[in-house]
Amino acid sequence: MFQIRIHGRGGQGVVTAAEILSIAAFIQGKHAQAFPSFGSERMGAPVTAFCRMDDKEIRLREPVMEPDALIIQDPTLLHQVDLFSGLKPSGYILINSARNFEELGIGELRSRFLADHLRTVPASEIALEYTGRPLPNALLLGGLAAMTGLLSLSAVCDAIRQKFHGKVGDANAAAAEVAYQAVVSGQPWTAKESSHAGTD
Amino acid sequence: MPVQIEGSQAVAAAVALCRPEVISCYPITPQTHIVEALSAMVKKGEMGNCQFINAESEFGALSVVIGASAAGARAYTATSSQGILFMAEAVYNAAGLGFPIVMTIGNRAIGAPINIWNDHSDSMSMRDAGWIQLYAETNQEAVDLHIQAFRLAEDLSCPVMVCMDGFILTHAYEPVEIPTQEQVDAFLPPYDPVQVLDPADPMTIGAMVGPEAFAEVRYLAHHKQLRALERIPQLSAEFQERTGRASGGLTGAYRTDDADTIVVALGSVNGTIKEAVDELRNDGIAVGSLKIGSYRPFPTGRVRATLHPAKRVIVVEKDLAVGKGGIVSSDVKMALRGTAVVVQTVIAGLGGRSITKASLVQMIREAREGKLDEPHFLDLNWTTIHNELARQQQQRRSGPVAENILRAAKAAASKNF
Amino acid sequence: MSYQRIKFYQTGTFSVGNRLLDEANRTVQARMERTNSLDSGHRACQGCGEALGARYAVDAAMRASNNQLVAVNATGCLEVFSTPYPESSWRIPWMHSLFGNAPAVATGVAAALRAKGRTDVKVLAQGGDGGTVDIGFGCLSGMFERNDDVLYICYDNEAYMNTGVQRSGSTPPAARTMTTQAVGARPGNEFGAGKNLPRIAMAHGIPYVATASVTDLRDLEAKVSKAMKIFGARYIHIHVPCPLGWAHDPALTIKVARLAVESGLFPLFEAELGRVTGRTQIRRRVPVERYLELQGRFKHLFGDPPDRETIAAIQSIADEHVKTYELLKEEGPHGT
Repeated sequence: MFQIRIHGRGGQGVVTAAEILSIAAFIQGKHAQAFPSFGSERMGAPVTAFCRMDDKEIRLREPVMEPDALIIQDPTLLHQVDLFSGLKPSGYILINSARNFEELGIGELRSRFLADHLRTVPASEIALEYTGRPLPNALLLGGLAAMTGLLSLSAVCDAIRQKFHGKVGDANAAAAEVAYQAVVSGQPWTAKESSHAGTD
Repeated sequence: MPVQIEGSQAVAAAVALCRPEVISCYPITPQTHIVEALSAMVKKGEMGNCQFINAESEFGALSVVIGASAAGARAYTATSSQGILFMAEAVYNAAGLGFPIVMTIGNRAIGAPINIWNDHSDSMSMRDAGWIQLYAETNQEAVDLHIQAFRLAEDLSCPVMVCMDGFILTHAYEPVEIPTQEQVDAFLPPYDPVQVLDPADPMTIGAMVGPEAFAEVRYLAHHKQLRALERIPQLSAEFQERTGRASGGLTGAYRTDDADTIVVALGSVNGTIKEAVDELRNDGIAVGSLKIGSYRPFPTGRVRATLHPAKRVIVVEKDLAVGKGGIVSSDVKMALRGTAVVVQTVIAGLGGRSITKASLVQMIREAREGKLDEPHFLDLNWTTIHNELARQQQQRRSGPVAENILRAAKAAASKNF
Repeated sequence: MSYQRIKFYQTGTFSVGNRLLDEANRTVQARMERTNSLDSGHRACQGCGEALGARYAVDAAMRASNNQLVAVNATGCLEVFSTPYPESSWRIPWMHSLFGNAPAVATGVAAALRAKGRTDVKVLAQGGDGGTVDIGFGCLSGMFERNDDVLYICYDNEAYMNTGVQRSGSTPPAARTMTTQAVGARPGNEFGAGKNLPRIAMAHGIPYVATASVTDLRDLEAKVSKAMKIFGARYIHIHVPCPLGWAHDPALTIKVARLAVESGLFPLFEAELGRVTGRTQIRRRVPVERYLELQGRFKHLFGDPPDRETIAAIQSIADEHVKTYELLKEEGPHGT
């Protein structure tokens, strides 16, 4: 079983990201379960969503407490909430940021986890360029696919298109591919227009 | 072909397949996604002449559905928590009048204190109202139970509530097979009412019944539920013939045959319990689990037969009879009367506190060593409790309980997601 | 009217400079001694009209009652965002019981205070449109009918917002909600449904009924202050935009509220004992499109081609209000 926990704020599509992840796993023939940690309708509040995937039926019904991978959609949560609780030593961390771990003030994580399992991707900026809105949720999944090798990019893109129809789906899928390539190549991504400053 | 779908959306699809004619609803977390989906389907014209009515309260919603059912329409509503209490009078009324209404309960705790997360206090509050109560373990079962529910309700002329854990099931995305319209139509014929308001054949519904006949009417309602004890397995078997899936039924046993300890529970926690059972079995511990699918009528015979051979039974329940202890465990103890089986009550998951496999495994070990108090409150923060009791001892006007204990438990609370 | 409207030509925000007003008419928010009854740190969404309205209304009620106020709140956004357990933003005695019983609970509080001879302490009941117009309607009518000494304030954001934007008896025609989605032959909420709670309150013959909006906070304060000096059942209905549910830019909350008033869709008036006694004239009328086009919940009316028929139907509702409440000094062409 592979367990992912996604952290963000209300309005950033955290729950949708977990759902898309589960759809991608489903497309690849796995069993997948996705669910949120919930509160009342409110924008901006810290939100957590979970996704489990396995090759057999998933019967467990509890929050993901020992994730294999973490996606952090909003780095402003970094020093507010204990996001890394329970992360397995071989776990993956993908953070939506143009800065690296040291610049984010969490460089010490490199000693607790495997250095090449830790990545940042400027997903909000990529989203802004490809979809016109700084919503990084879907395209971060492309980054996760590259990092973990568990899901194929095409499954992720198909899942994105199932959730978001038409042009929005295509734009997000294209952005997911960009995030995927950014992780694979290890090269920092830069916006096409140089006037974009990092917005984390 | 299964689809990856949110539980609420799957249930909405299942209800739509049952061709309801009147749906009336009122919003309350966490069932609202179901009725939102149905409202959109009706609005798009995908449900024939189905009437969707936004009611002004849950009492209004169920009352609308009662009227619809009385006039011969297949009718549906959904609620949770405070909502089922607000409609309580109508809940008893629907059962007393024998209307085959199906209602989804997205199980949620009842306040005060107000709490939107899952437990079974809502459906438990109406357990004796005369409705059949079925509990789903998975979203697949939730889908299947709704279809079986309409058939069961109309066969017996008795309302049925299908209970599914709020958030844990309603808001979970998982693979679900949605039956085809043909499969549902073959299983569920059009509604043929036992009593109906029809100018062509006038009848009076809802007259006053005095001491000379009331007891008989109530006995017949009880008898109807006893007939359901036979009907429920029959319908589950027929459903399996048509779809290939085993869903519903009175109970579901897991590795109980040679078990010396059996864990009993309702709803989705059974999934986690099965994982705990497997882990303990790997350690050579003879444990099994029994899911109760039909809580009303209570399957006394089946429960007794499955549990009797064991030494110990642990009932894990998401509810609390304040001033007494367990609710389901009392039913189980009654089913096991005269036997030597030890029944342990474990109150867990109140107000949405997660029931983890790790906690269950430890609890089962401790139960087998006779180390648990009775009833046992799983994962309760005893430090907080003792602090608050001490405060109350010292000071009569100690302030609101909830606010006080969270000052103490604030550190613990902030670790949770 | 209980205060003198002063024209300010500074432009822009429509806010009023206090220094030109005499002491009694200045906003309570500009005073050092303001009570901050709804204190900061609550969890309302950015741009929440209800948080703004509640802060002004409750502080005005506090000033009028010499800070002797008890509040009873129905379940809803205000209750949820102001009491994120274990914290509370309320600096006054405040209670939340259930969704549908706030008026009755308030009646109970008022009765207890009277039984104890505490005539100096006043009772305020608050709820959203769902809790007031729908599920609390029975209890509200009871409170009105008995003329219980309670001021009830309804914050109307026109849907059940806290549960995820579902239709209420206050949802306007054509508005998109999750239970009146923008699909099918008649997208959005139905025409001909809904209730006018201010008029229903008037029909109960209670001493004071008023409508207010967060676009004119001074007017809101004045109405609350006036209501607090009256004994008996009083009702104020405040229009509060919701950026989330109405899908508008959170920076435009007050503008959206203003356009609702200036189009005639939300009339500002007062009534006593069942009769309209005052109204706010529309300063410069706008066509309803200016209001509707800012909100995603009406987006389906502005497709290609726009739904002129529905927009015209909404315009005639606005026109009806202008006529009924005499909102224009002289009838003229609307909009410029």
